[in-house]
Amino acid sequence: MSNVLVVAELLEGAARKTTLSAITAAKQIAKQSGGSFDILAIGEGAEGAAKELAGYGAGKVLTAEIPGGYTCEGYAPTVAEVGKGYGAIVATASSFGKDLLPSVAAKLDAGVASEVTRVNDDGSFTRPMYAGNVIGTLTVDTDVKVVTVRQTDFEAAEPSGGDSSVESVSVTKGDLAGRVEVLGVEVVKSERPELTEADIVVSGGRAFKSAENFTNILEPLVDAFGAAMGASRAACDAGYVSPEAQVGQTGKVVAPKLYVAIGISGAIQHLAGMKGSKTIVAINKDKEAPIAQVADYFLVADLFDVVPKFTEAVKKVKAAG
Amino acid sequence: MKILVPIKRVADPDNANKVKVSADGTQVTTEGLEWKMNPFDEWALEAALRLTEDGAAKSRVGEVVLVSVGPKEAVATVREGLAKGAERGVIVEGNDNDLDSNVIAAALAAVAKKESPDLIVMGKQTVDGDSNVAGTVLADKLGWPIINYAMRIETSDDGKTFAIKRDLDVGVASVKVTGPVVITVSDSILHPESVKNGVTPADFKYPEAEGGRYASLKGIMQAKKKPIAEQTLSGLGVDAKRTVTYKKFELPPARSGQTTFVESVEELVEKLRTEAKVL
Ligand SMILES: Cc1cc2nc3c(=O)[nH]c(=O)nc-3n(C[C@H](O)[C@H](O)[C@H](O)COP(=O)(O)OP(=O)(O)OC[C@H]3O[C@@H](n4cnc5c(N)ncnc54)[C@H](O)[C@@H]3O)c2cc1C
Ligand SMILES: Nc1ncnc2c1ncn2[C@@H]1O[C@H](COP(=O)(O)O)[C@@H](O)[C@H]1O
Repeated sequence: MSNVLVVAELLEGAARKTTLSAITAAKQIAKQSGGSFDILAIGEGAEGAAKELAGYGAGKVLTAEIPGGYTCEGYAPTVAEVGKGYGAIVATASSFGKDLLPSVAAKLDAGVASEVTRVNDDGSFTRPMYAGNVIGTLTVDTDVKVVTVRQTDFEAAEPSGGDSSVESVSVTKGDLAGRVEVLGVEVVKSERPELTEADIVVSGGRAFKSAENFTNILEPLVDAFGAAMGASRAACDAGYVSPEAQVGQTGKVVAPKLYVAIGISGAIQHLAGMKGSKTIVAINKDKEAPIAQVADYFLVADLFDVVPKFTEAVKKVKAAG
Repeated sequence: MKILVPIKRVADPDNANKVKVSADGTQVTTEGLEWKMNPFDEWALEAALRLTEDGAAKSRVGEVVLVSVGPKEAVATVREGLAKGAERGVIVEGNDNDLDSNVIAAALAAVAKKESPDLIVMGKQTVDGDSNVAGTVLADKLGWPIINYAMRIETSDDGKTFAIKRDLDVGVASVKVTGPVVITVSDSILHPESVKNGVTPADFKYPEAEGGRYASLKGIMQAKKKPIAEQTLSGLGVDAKRTVTYKKFELPPARSGQTTFVESVEELVEKLRTEAKVL
């Protein structure tokens, strides 16, 4: 029997929703190893966040209050110290989890399974490789298993009504704390749903040609749907939209009920981030574009002609309720 | 400034549709695929070259050393990097199947201890394993800070401190770090103004390029004469063990259903309403 530790991801003093996917994965790992799970809330505002996290059925919620912004150097020694008695340490494979957990693993001489999409009954883990073109199953062969999980493949845990005890743990200062100084974090705030959590994602590609066209042509459609806005790397690179919108192998992985790809060719690296979507719509001038491999509906057309009409049509349907 | 750039050769990602697994599922078969430098490592190399040159005068002011852990054939990939402008290469021989992030990081740490670079600049992930682990583990083994997902790097006047912008899910973080440090790069590092090293004129812009600079013909000729040292894991005293084992590889399930080509916006909206029921 071994227990599992979830490392919660905090943003501005509250747990990000990513944490709830890690809790789901931790429950699966704990069930398979016959143990239970605890949650570690670490960072500024950990104690506040712990109150909410106490409602998810954890054995206990541990808090490590660390002032200032996140740095791997500032957090990893404490996570490793707290985590060393556990059988597994889990976080979601966000830029937070993927930055922090390998460092924790290194301190514990532990192996890492990253971006895991499935926890198997025999204790192995399944994960995509080669931009999603190969699915690998691996075992982590060390006493502590360090695991990051893909948010889209583990449903957000629901509060279970329990009330876990909350305990604070002492902060372990590593040798490197202080070598990295956080000057600031520009958090991109949007009225729209979060890309990784939205039911509908509408994405634009290079074909939009300018930031103005993104704003004037794509955004009204995004908002008509009440969707999150995504983009291809080409569109992000060209500055049509900020990099947080990138969907794909290096961007975010999304799996909404509806994904609309407009003026996006569908390179394997883009498909890697959206091919798990339930329904996929493509609008593209070129009916041979590789996006056709995954599209359920394909409108062969010039986006500049059809997107404004699409926006009006969606508004009409919504208005009719 | 001396920069170590770890690079891996990978099966050409644009051929990944042709990646197959063996019948027994124990191997990814790469036969018939072309090898190339991991794209993120190519971009890391571009950042390292920018940090160690006067971009306007096209002259070198520092040293870039490439290191690859893998089969002897990886020498071709190292040569590619030398042709783009790196000074020297190191190959640490090892069979890809015996390597995981832990062993690779240990081998890279051993090379870094011999070379004592000011910086290690590397890709955030390989596009075959897609792990995003080795850089952070390497930093830990060296006792250096790790700065993942760098999109902008600016060196201070004394060249010891770096102001870095990190590309995060939620936005952009700005950090200041004193070297030596391991920096991994995200794709935004290819931006024309992503690197400021105090030598290249501040208003200089690199050309837009998908994968960083190309090797010039002259560069390719010069690369043939540049030294590539050969090392072994045991020679470097690396006794790290693999910490993970791949048991099985499969191809992903195909998406069910076929593509319906619709003729008009009206038809599309109708299908989304009545068939897909998402509107
Ligand atoms: C290591 C690596 C990682 C990468 N990671 C990512 C990633 O995370 N996400 C990502 O997206 N990419 C990623 N890429 C880049 C990827 O390979 C492609 O270059 C990129 O996705 C292309 O973007 P695009 O489809 O917008 O542009 P293009 O490939 O140029 O496609 C534009 C499309 O628009 C269509 N079009 C043009 N004009 C019109 C019009 N008026 N109306 C309708 N259609 C029109 C064209 O037919 C074409 O299909 C990565 C690449 C590498 C090497
Ligand atoms: N065999 C290797 N040789 C040299 N560098 C490597 C090797 N494998 C991984 N790396 C480096 O580690 C980074 C992250 O790789 P990974 O953690 O495997 O996704 C890569 O971008 C490379 O810079």
